[in-house]
Amino acid sequence: MWELIEKNKRKSLFVLILMFILMVSLSGAIGAGFYTVDWVTGMLWGALIGVILWAVQSAVAYFAGDDIVLHFNMAVVVTPESYPQLYNIVEEMKIAAGLAVMPEIYIVQSAGLNAFATGIRPEKTAICVTSGLIENLNRDEIQGVIAHEMSHILNRDVLFMTFAGVMLGTITMLSNVMLRGTVLVNSNNRRSRKKGGFGGGHPVMILILLLLAIFAPLLARIFYFTISKKREYLADATAARLTRYPIGLASALEKIAKHSSVDFVSRITAPMFIVNPRFAGGDEDSVFAASTHPPIYKRIAILTQLQHGGKVSLENYQKLYEKELETSGLFSKTTLESDKSEAVRAESTEKITEFTESRKDVADVILANTGFKILTCGCGLKIKLPPSDLRMKVVCPRCRKELSVSGENALATGNGGNELVFMRKNKNSWESFPCRCGKFTFQLSPLFRGTYAVCKRCGTKVKIEYPE
Amino acid sequence: MTFLVIFFVVVVICALSLFAMYNKLVGLRNIVKNSWSQIDVQLKRRFDLIPNLVETAKGYMKHESETFIKVTEARAQAMSAINKGDVKEVGAAAANLDSALAKMMLTFENYPELKANQNFLALQEELTSTENKIAFARQAYNDAVMGYNNAVEMFPTNIIAGMFSFKQSDFFEIEDKAEKQAPKVTF
Repeated sequence: MWELIEKNKRKSLFVLILMFILMVSLSGAIGAGFYTVDWVTGMLWGALIGVILWAVQSAVAYFAGDDIVLHFNMAVVVTPESYPQLYNIVEEMKIAAGLAVMPEIYIVQSAGLNAFATGIRPEKTAICVTSGLIENLNRDEIQGVIAHEMSHILNRDVLFMTFAGVMLGTITMLSNVMLRGTVLVNSNNRRSRKKGGFGGGHPVMILILLLLAIFAPLLARIFYFTISKKREYLADATAARLTRYPIGLASALEKIAKHSSVDFVSRITAPMFIVNPRFAGGDEDSVFAASTHPPIYKRIAILTQLQHGGKVSLENYQKLYEKELETSGLFSKTTLESDKSEAVRAESTEKITEFTESRKDVADVILANTGFKILTCGCGLKIKLPPSDLRMKVVCPRCRKELSVSGENALATGNGGNELVFMRKNKNSWESFPCRCGKFTFQLSPLFRGTYAVCKRCGTKVKIEYPE
Repeated sequence: MTFLVIFFVVVVICALSLFAMYNKLVGLRNIVKNSWSQIDVQLKRRFDLIPNLVETAKGYMKHESETFIKVTEARAQAMSAINKGDVKEVGAAAANLDSALAKMMLTFENYPELKANQNFLALQEELTSTENKIAFARQAYNDAVMGYNNAVEMFPTNIIAGMFSFKQSDFFEIEDKAEKQAPKVTF
C-alpha cells in the first residue's frame, strides 16, 4: 500500500520539474544578459552554471544535510536504555510503517514543542523531538507526532523538500544577482557613457530581465508551497492510518500550535517540522512560514472528524479533506483500493507522569549524554555530577548520607585499568576538578602540558589527556 | 520482414511484462512473509517477558496465584500455536493470552509497592510496548496481505498467479471481543 503512495508523487515531481525549468531559464537569462556578444553562448553558460550551483548545494544537502542539522542543534541521541518509552514509541511506529531500518532518535533541548524528521537516504534517517514536546504530551500524542514524522520518511518527503528547498534557494540567489547586475551595471554604464553592459543596454531587454528577476522567486515560492502543503496533509493521513488513533495527533497539534516556536530553524528545514516553527515568532519571514504548512485548525478538524467516524482509512481521510478544503483528492484511486479500513483503536490508558517529574527525566537524558553521572539517593534526591568531578564518594546535600559513585568510576572515564583520566576541554585556559578523595582540587594552568597530575593529599595519580 | 520485426518486438514486450509481473508477485509475497516474521518476533518477545514479570510480581502478590497460572497456561498455548505456524490458530491463542494478561495487569493496580519497584516498571513498559508492537505488526501484516491478495486476484497479475500457484494469504484477525479486552495498562 505504501509504495503506491509513491505514485502520488508524480504531481509533486511535475511541480519540481517546473521549478527546475524556471531555475534553468533564469540562470540562462542572466548568462544572456551578461554576455551580449553572443547571447546564445551566454545563455548556455548561464544555465550550466545555474545547474552546477544547484547540484553542488544538493549534493552537500544529500550527503551531510542531516548531520549538519542535528549537529547545529546539539541534538542528543536516544537509546533504548536512556529513554525506553520514547524509543519504544518510535519502534512501534517503525513496525506499523514496515520500515526496514530503525530511524535514529534525537532530543533537542528546547522549551518549544516541535519535532522534525531528516534523512534523505532511506538507510539513514532520524527523527528529532524537542524536550518540551516529550514533557508536555502523553503517550498517544507523542505517538501521533512520531507517526507524522515517520510518514515524512516513508513518503520520502525529506528528499523532495530538500531538493525543492535548495532549488528555491538557488532561484532566490540568482534573482538577487540579476537585480544587482541590472541596476549596478547599467547605472555604471550611463555614467561612463559606454554601450553594452547588462542586457545589452536595451531598455526592453532590461525590463524583461528585471521582471524575470522579480517574478521568478515568487513563482518558485508558490511552487514550493504547493508541494509542501500537500505533503503535510499526506503525512497526517498516513499518520492517522498508522496509529489508528487520529485524535492523538489532533490533540498533539492543538498543544503544539500554542508553543511551536523553536529557535534553531532555517527556511529549508522548516517544512520538515510538524508545525511550522517560524510562524509563531512572527519574524520577518512569517508570510513565507505561514505558507509551508496548512492552517492547523483545518488539520485538527479533519483528524477529529476522522476519529468520530470510527473507521480509519485513507479514503475516509480524503473525504473529509475534500469537504474541509473544497478541493479534489489527495490519493490516487489505486492507493485507495489497496488500503484496508481499520477500526479506531482504544485509547492508551497510560497517564502522563507528573509534569515536573517527566521534565527532570528528559533533562537527565541530555545531561547523561554529555558525560554527567546521575546518582539517586535513598531520600529521593537526584545528584548530578559533572564529568570533571572525580570524587568516588559524594555526600547527599539533603540527608547527609554518603553515596559511593558506582562503577569504575564514573568520574573520570577509566581507560581499561584503574587509571583515572581527565580529559581537558580547553588546554589554553585554566581548568580545575576535585580529586576523588574530596580534599584536593586539581588546578591545571593554560601552560600545563604534563601527562599526569598527582593529588597532594592522597597521592592519586590522574592521567591528563588533551583534545586533538 | 516488417511483420517479423513487429512480431518479435511484441513477443519481447510480452515476455518482459510477464517477468515484471512475476517479480512483483514474488516481491509482495516476500513482504507478507517478512511482516509475519515481525509478528513472530514480537510474540516471542512477549513470551520472554511474561515469566520475568510474573517472577517480579510474585514476591509482592502472594494471593494471586490463580491469575499467574492462567497467564502461564495461555502463554504455553500460544507458544505451541506459533510453533505450528497456523495464522488462524495463532490469532485465537494470542487473543486468549491478551485477555489473561489484561486481567493480571488489572490486579497489579492493587499493589502500590509493586508499582514503586523500578525493575517492575521497566518490565511493564516493555510489556506495554510489546503489546503495541504486536498490534502494529498485525496491522502491517494485514496491509501486506491486502496488497498481495489484490495482486493475486486482479487482472493481469492473476494470470501469472494462477500459472505459478501464488495462493492468497490469510488475514491475521483477532476477534472483536478479544480486541476490546486488549490489555489496558494503567500507571
